[in-house]
Amino acid sequence: MRMLHVFGPVALAAGLLLTCGGAYAASAEKGKAAYLQHGCWQCHGTQGQGAVTGPKLAPDPMPIETFTAFVRTSNRAMPPYSEAILSNDDLADIHAYLETIPKPADYKSIPLLNQ
Amino acid sequence: MAKKHLPVSRRKFLAGVAVAGAASAVPPAQAATTASASAAPRRPSALPPTAHVAAAESGTPNELSTSRIGGTPGSDFMVDVIKTLDIKYAPSNCASSYRGIHESLINYGGNKMPEFLTCTHEESGVGMAHGYFKAAGKPLMTFCHGTVGLQHATMAVYNAWCDRVPVIIVGGNDLDAAHRPPGVPTIHSAQDINALVRDFTKWDDTPVSLQHFAQSFVRAYKIAMTPPYGPVAISLDAGLQQEAMRDHGEKLYIPRYVPSSPPQGDSGAVKEAARLLANAQNPVIVVDRAARGENGIRLLVELAELLQAQVVDQGSRMNFPKTHYLGRPPTAVNNGDVIIGLEVTDFWGTVNAWIDNGERGIGINTSRIKPETKLISISSSELLTKANYQDFQRFQSVDVSMPADAEATLPALVEAVKAAIPTDRKAAIDKRGEAAKKAYAEQRERTKQAAALAWDASPVSTARLTMETWAHIKDLDWSLVASSGDMSNWPQRLWPMERYYHWLGRSGGSGEGYGAPASIGAALANRDLGRFSVSIQADGDLMYAPGVLWTAARHKIPLLAVMHNNRGYHREVMHLQRLSNFRNRVASLGGDLGPIGTRIENPDIEYHKLAESMGWWAKGPINDPAQLGPALKEAVAVVKSGQPALLNVWTQPR
Repeated sequence: MRMLHVFGPVALAAGLLLTCGGAYAASAEKGKAAYLQHGCWQCHGTQGQGAVTGPKLAPDPMPIETFTAFVRTSNRAMPPYSEAILSNDDLADIHAYLETIPKPADYKSIPLLNQ
Repeated sequence: MAKKHLPVSRRKFLAGVAVAGAASAVPPAQAATTASASAAPRRPSALPPTAHVAAAESGTPNELSTSRIGGTPGSDFMVDVIKTLDIKYAPSNCASSYRGIHESLINYGGNKMPEFLTCTHEESGVGMAHGYFKAAGKPLMTFCHGTVGLQHATMAVYNAWCDRVPVIIVGGNDLDAAHRPPGVPTIHSAQDINALVRDFTKWDDTPVSLQHFAQSFVRAYKIAMTPPYGPVAISLDAGLQQEAMRDHGEKLYIPRYVPSSPPQGDSGAVKEAARLLANAQNPVIVVDRAARGENGIRLLVELAELLQAQVVDQGSRMNFPKTHYLGRPPTAVNNGDVIIGLEVTDFWGTVNAWIDNGERGIGINTSRIKPETKLISISSSELLTKANYQDFQRFQSVDVSMPADAEATLPALVEAVKAAIPTDRKAAIDKRGEAAKKAYAEQRERTKQAAALAWDASPVSTARLTMETWAHIKDLDWSLVASSGDMSNWPQRLWPMERYYHWLGRSGGSGEGYGAPASIGAALANRDLGRFSVSIQADGDLMYAPGVLWTAARHKIPLLAVMHNNRGYHREVMHLQRLSNFRNRVASLGGDLGPIGTRIENPDIEYHKLAESMGWWAKGPINDPAQLGPALKEAVAVVKSGQPALLNVWTQPR
């Protein structure tokens, strides 16, 4: 994880999610690790920015319910992740992590994108 | 093979040389005396020397004044043939099986037209020729060992085949089993070396005489340079190269090369295609290798504007200006009612989708288009279909099929469309153009906002890398000679590509190892044309045959190589992740950041040091995007001074 230095203190923020096991305090920090561990970053980038391989996930991730349903049952380019290989807790953590990613600057304020 | 017709064979000649060599060890006068003693009675030793003895004592020994082979080497004539064809370079890895023509080229031929460029791998030689052609529009030739060298070269030959690029490959081979040197040279010989590449070359031959060579070489050039272009192979017998030219009583001649005109679409089919396009509600033009130069781009713009049709450029060449409002992403085919594909290799994949997520491991096929959509194809690929390798892709039925060269057919199609557009359709066509302008502007906004995501991320985002590079080349006469396919196409989405050489396309066969040699070959052409070359070099690609970096330094080929170093074989990462998920297993990472066997890390390769060791200016690893701009400034200055420079940039996966 030496390559990832992109998250500030905001990454420590935690969400609260009700899972089948009861109340679970989702952790953005754990979510960052799970995001890498389960290969999400390979197609969506380390900040969920998206690429030709997978759409943008952040900022403003889809609601956790929609997010979970898609990850479990995807029949599109992304393969489905069953609970056996990606737990509900890990999934909640990943979502919490995506929620911490700030909005990018308006491209009009970036000189290199206005050459 | 050639020597069986000789009055004195090459081997016998060599044996004779050995005898002559032994005789020459004896002092000439003594040799002459000995020779005459057996033929005449003894004479007094005080007599004056004969003319023969006098000449032997005072003249220049024959072996020093004439070639040992007793005439002009056949390979000198071969060089004469090659010189008629405007082939500027021969990037090659040296080998004994073509030593005859190699010697002729550098000594008799003065190492010009072509100039021998030293390569450290045969794949590099072919790859350089591949890139060179796409920048210069002229083919190169490459020499290689007939067996082991050609085996090294094969992947690059397949790329050239799939990418419709002419490369002339000459493989040395010693055919005469009775006389060729035993041991390694015999291991390196074969009955038919061209068999290795016959499935993915347009034509090949094994000339058995010098006149045969002249015909074959000019024919090979002509075939390679007739659209659809493609690689050709000549097997060159070692004996034919090394033996002296013989007098058959017939003077050797070099056939004149006259270019063939490319095949044009049938006039009836052109008229029908025009009728469909002119009456379409939403025509879409899909192009892949349609343009062969600036003229092709101009013709495509003319056709598109005539119809106000959206253009999907699949990008194997620079077909359509990226700044034109009619340029659209691949999804534009979804709403097309008439779709014309111009030199589209994979028409099925253009109008259908395949999703690698079906039950039991079988992908899902879906159509992107409506059932009533009419399809038109103009593609010369149909003229070059072979059986074994599957580069012809899935079969797609179309309504109008023209096995012809698209660029050559476009003038007739443009005229036919002009004639076919009904007067009452013109207002609707203009309205379509206005909608396209609005859609294009909105698309540009979305693209730039997407580029802003992860702008400050470390590793560097591929969009940031693209625009940092752009800032340093935009005022130059630039040429993007190759780019990793894993860059989310940011250069094509963000750079204002308008000229043919602004983007030279991809490998064709998707064989890794194309980027580095093709970039350097294209940079060689651009050097001579006064253009600035930049490549976005993938890490995995560079490691197939990195020795080509040395070739660039050795021959002073300026190239700015900005690395997209995501430290992995990214496509394979997802294949393993996908299969793991399908099988309900957690992908094993083995301490890396991707499934075991798919990452290039632990240790990280220091590409900048690799490049430095081969004579490049290099810097890295660059992980902080803020450091990229200053490094690029330095690198561009180096390249402008005539040297190659590499920046090892750690990047996001895509």
